Amino acid sequence: MSHPTLAQDFVDNKPRAQWHDKALWFVREKRDRMAASVPEWEDLRSHASAIKMHTMSQLPTYLEMFEAKAKALGVHVHWAADGDEHNRIIHDILQKHNAKKVVKSKSMLTEECHLNPFLEKNGYEVVDTDLGERIVQLREETPSHIVLPAIHIKKEEVGECFHKHLGTEKGASDPKYLTEAARGHLRERFCSADAGITGVNFAIAETGGFVVCTNEGNADLGVSLPKLHIACMGLEKVIPRASDLAVFLRLLARSATGQPITTYSSHFHGPREGSELHIILVDNGRSGILAKPEFRRSLGCIRCGACMNTCPVYRRSGGHSYESTVPGPIGSILTPLRTPEQHSTLPFACTLCGSCTDVCPVKIDLHHQLLAMRGFLDRKKLLGMSKKMSMKFLSGLLSSTWMFTTAGSAARTALRWMPRFAIYNPLNGWGKQRELPEPPKKSFREQYADNNKNSGRPS
Amino acid sequence: MTATTRETVLANLRAALPESSPLPELPTSGPWQTFEDPFVRFCEVLDSVGGTCCRVKSLSDAHQQLLSIDEWNSAKVRVSAVNGVGDPTVDLNSIDDPHDLENVDYAVLHGHFGVAENGAIWVTDDTVKYRVLYFIPQRLVIVMPSQIVHNMHEAYGRITIGEHAFAGFISGPSKTADIEQSLVIGAHGARSLIVFAVDDLA
Ligand code: SF4
Repeated sequence: MSHPTLAQDFVDNKPRAQWHDKALWFVREKRDRMAASVPEWEDLRSHASAIKMHTMSQLPTYLEMFEAKAKALGVHVHWAADGDEHNRIIHDILQKHNAKKVVKSKSMLTEECHLNPFLEKNGYEVVDTDLGERIVQLREETPSHIVLPAIHIKKEEVGECFHKHLGTEKGASDPKYLTEAARGHLRERFCSADAGITGVNFAIAETGGFVVCTNEGNADLGVSLPKLHIACMGLEKVIPRASDLAVFLRLLARSATGQPITTYSSHFHGPREGSELHIILVDNGRSGILAKPEFRRSLGCIRCGACMNTCPVYRRSGGHSYESTVPGPIGSILTPLRTPEQHSTLPFACTLCGSCTDVCPVKIDLHHQLLAMRGFLDRKKLLGMSKKMSMKFLSGLLSSTWMFTTAGSAARTALRWMPRFAIYNPLNGWGKQRELPEPPKKSFREQYADNNKNSGRPS
Repeated sequence: MTATTRETVLANLRAALPESSPLPELPTSGPWQTFEDPFVRFCEVLDSVGGTCCRVKSLSDAHQQLLSIDEWNSAKVRVSAVNGVGDPTVDLNSIDDPHDLENVDYAVLHGHFGVAENGAIWVTDDTVKYRVLYFIPQRLVIVMPSQIVHNMHEAYGRITIGEHAFAGFISGPSKTADIEQSLVIGAHGARSLIVFAVDDLA
């Protein structure tokens, strides 16, 4: 389904859409304050970007280095070409250990591979332990944001959900009370789990270890009790040196939630005594992205979510309207690259305002890529007629000075005299939920010339 | 013989490589943020993330201060990995399955140093028998030398990564804001964090 269709219900509920918009803007503002408190913020972003670009240029070498070092530490390293292979590998490991109950911390990769439904189908109990993820899991939904999975849900709805599943009081909606209930419920799961699955934020080539960042402590609890830890990572998570972590850990939490660092930044190197550690390196389309020069920088993404929080379209349409594991600006690049047929409308869920590019801690040129993506989909003949025609029409109009000037003046006159329904009619999607500002009497060029005439400067 | 996934993936990547670009130098000091009084900054940031820092002269001062904390005294199951700090009710040496630590109310553990810019403390698993102790107790005390570095670059400059199966930075008690962005302290891990920064150890 197209993004506008999927966003319809969300947009129609105006107060709710406004509430969602505000909640994310609040996070964006916290990020701004944190970024401003670090004088070398822009240098950090440049370093992060350079480290990622360098790593991409030697990705196989760094992956092999990482693998060798990890193996030397006693880690089992697996490679998966796609999501299915990733899931099968996990199934095999769990079977070998006769593990039935699995606790899982947040990992966008396992979402991308649809691990949960796969494991459930095969008779495992999988519990998402991040509070937000647990909420969406109990509601049989998917996360609507990569850092704030339940940002679309109101506390009253969490209350209802917990009343049904965890037996909290009916009507209770106090976040503290509900969190406490989840804490008790999940502690039981932690203590009885046979295996813990985590994602990976950064894998270090020179040491063979990896870092997982959480605020709740769920990843750590999940892997410190059972005798089996499986860590799943996309190929792009590797970084060359341990000292690079300084750059990324300084940027990640500040960009994500406006915290100086996550509560726990755990460094794992080899298995705990008496237990096993497995790492699965997953491609699932990443090598294909690396092969596309105009999009490869998207592989530098550290999944902070800042581009979603700032995106005017994401904030007003909600994460589920993207129908994609990673929504928002970065998702509108990554997902159509993988499944262009189903997701051809995503790069148009964008005003090209460039705010995402401004906040991205690794300086991905998001809005440029979103524009390039429109061309990519056009070349694949995946654009609808209305998009194609309007793009053609505009490119003709904008490349001729004469046509541009004439069209501008015609529009200024027409907009003043045209009846309302010419714009606000069911045939024009643009007119929904929007009001045009009053058209100015003169064009910018005319105003500029007048100004210069008045101040005596040559026009 | 058909190629393994590993070989195929690596070959695909090799065929797709961009032009090489340099890896930036990251000095441990120099261009990074520093603070007039890093200790003060550390305390402020730790406070802002829900923790508390007390500077004490010696381990016995830390011990005395701990004994004056009501929650410590009323905690049923208390453990300590720091000799001379706290009057534990359970001897950690007597435990041989981490699951038995499920009911620990209060734990006293070692930290190595603090980071001024983010209130984080570096901890490693060689100082405690079970790493789960950093996460499972209801409340946590970390005892560390009163040594504070300015920023994360300095921090990574003084530690060797890869020596420990588990090591990490801990900044404050566990927390979540997953329900309507309201901050709740005490998600899955500790509900409170007190740091004793000990001058004699520094
Ligand atoms: S693209 Fe940049 S801003 Fe968006 S999630 Fe990734 S790292 Fe964060």
